[in-house]
Amino acid sequence: MSTSKETVINNNKKLTSKSKDPVSLILRILVWCAAALTIMILFVIIGYILYKGIPNLSLDLFDLEYNTQNVSLMPALINTVIMTILSITIAVPLGIFSAIYLTEYARRGSRLVKIVRITAETLSGIPSIIYGLFGLLFFVTTLHWGFSMLAGGFTLSIMILPLIMRTTEEALHAVPDSYREGSYGLGAGKMRTVFTIVLPSATPGILAGVILAIGRIVGETAALIYTSGTVADIPDSLLSSGRTLSVHMYALSSEGLFMDKAYATAVVLIILVILLNRISSYTAGKISKS
Amino acid sequence: MLKKKEQFMRLIFLFSACTSIIAVFLICIFLFANGIPAISKIGVFNFLLGKNWKPSNALFGILPMILGSIYVTAGAILIGVPIGVLTAMYLSLFCPKKLYRMIKPAIELLAGIPSVVYGFFGLVVLVPFVRNYIGGNGSVMLTASILLGMMILPTIINVSESAIRAVPSNYYEGGRALGASHERSAFFVILPAAKSGVFASIVLGVGRAIGETMAVIMVAGNQARMPKGLLKGVRTLTANIVIEMGYAADLHREALIATAVVLFIFILIINLSFSLLNRKSI
Repeated sequence: MSTSKETVINNNKKLTSKSKDPVSLILRILVWCAAALTIMILFVIIGYILYKGIPNLSLDLFDLEYNTQNVSLMPALINTVIMTILSITIAVPLGIFSAIYLTEYARRGSRLVKIVRITAETLSGIPSIIYGLFGLLFFVTTLHWGFSMLAGGFTLSIMILPLIMRTTEEALHAVPDSYREGSYGLGAGKMRTVFTIVLPSATPGILAGVILAIGRIVGETAALIYTSGTVADIPDSLLSSGRTLSVHMYALSSEGLFMDKAYATAVVLIILVILLNRISSYTAGKISKS
Repeated sequence: MLKKKEQFMRLIFLFSACTSIIAVFLICIFLFANGIPAISKIGVFNFLLGKNWKPSNALFGILPMILGSIYVTAGAILIGVPIGVLTAMYLSLFCPKKLYRMIKPAIELLAGIPSVVYGFFGLVVLVPFVRNYIGGNGSVMLTASILLGMMILPTIINVSESAIRAVPSNYYEGGRALGASHERSAFFVILPAAKSGVFASIVLGVGRAIGETMAVIMVAGNQARMPKGLLKGVRTLTANIVIEMGYAADLHREALIATAVVLFIFILIINLSFSLLNRKSI
């Protein structure tokens, strides 16, 4: 329905031709200015950081060793990769399985489904600092994991769980019922249908969600400061502390000693996020076309 | 054999579906169990309405931080909502299709920029700007509001846009048939019809703004005293937790967790009103 309205409103040049009435003129100028301002904000932020940061990028920054002379971002970058793998390994199976339960197994409108929906909605609204504090109280203190990659990874995996659940659910809903019926018709059971028919056709949508989740992990700071801690080295094990790139960035800019390095780190962070963002919408775009 | 396997997988799926319930349950238990005792030790009124936060003197009043959060959020809403809703109007009713395909990803990108990068941008651009051209030392309430106003833009734009697009096209046609111009129909017919969705976007924006932590810490000054004006520093609830959690012990630490409890309750109320508004718009 929205597309039919769009064609009416946007494609009819004669209807939308400029009216001379002053109120219409003011309204038109207002929406133009607002849209221009929004785009300008994006360009100013990204442009400024690239402009100030790219000249500060140097090979030293990618040294394996962090020390007070050379605040290398390489350990933080490696930690970010470890953290991402860790949280994704925990959250993706849980998220996909629970979406499978909600769409393929549960009766529509059952009480459990309602409760799961409400709790997932609640989780996605909780600010990251609350996750961080919960991680500190539960994983770090109660489970005695200390400041560790493991505590950070578990905290982040709870944080991205609702995102993965939602995107997977949408992807599963987009698979036509005729696929399932065809599979049952050939004698396949429920589980087999899910794993060999439904999941493969929903893969691009699920993948787009996972990549979006990776973007959130890469950008997260508040949930990690008090769970995985701020040690600037590559951790020996999953039970030692390590800072990710965002935490590194925060530490640099709040210390204020290495502002040029902070700019360079911001460049790396922003490029990572832009890349993830593009890959995600590219994979998501694939399904809407097919 | 096959039956058993099916049953087993079903149980696994069921268990996974329950993880989000378990997670919410655990978060509530741990926050409340660690925070509520502190509130009762300090006294509900002393805690919520106390004007002094001086942990070294055992004074734990979080009213300055509650007000700080509310003021900064209100400022962000004042800045972000008009720009966001107007941009949503542009995207859904004024934007040519080709341009739309370029602007929409840009807004997605705006949502994807990490808050620490926003904070850094605020620190190196907005803070000096406010200091030089408006006044104060730069790390003030106004700066925090402007930065948060930028950060909530994508939330407001996306939710409002889908609300505006959900309005049936015959509303627009009716407006045009009565002789209203395109702009007038858009603003006086379609926008009122999308009202509850637009409100929902504002509520969601409030939630984002009140929960934002790192960006605010980097630009707001963080003085733990009653907010004194637009050009004075403030501390928000979120900032209070992050800044002092690193060295707090005993009652001080519990008071910080209690601060998080207050924030959590704010967020729960906001979430609830968002889902109520959303239900109405459908």
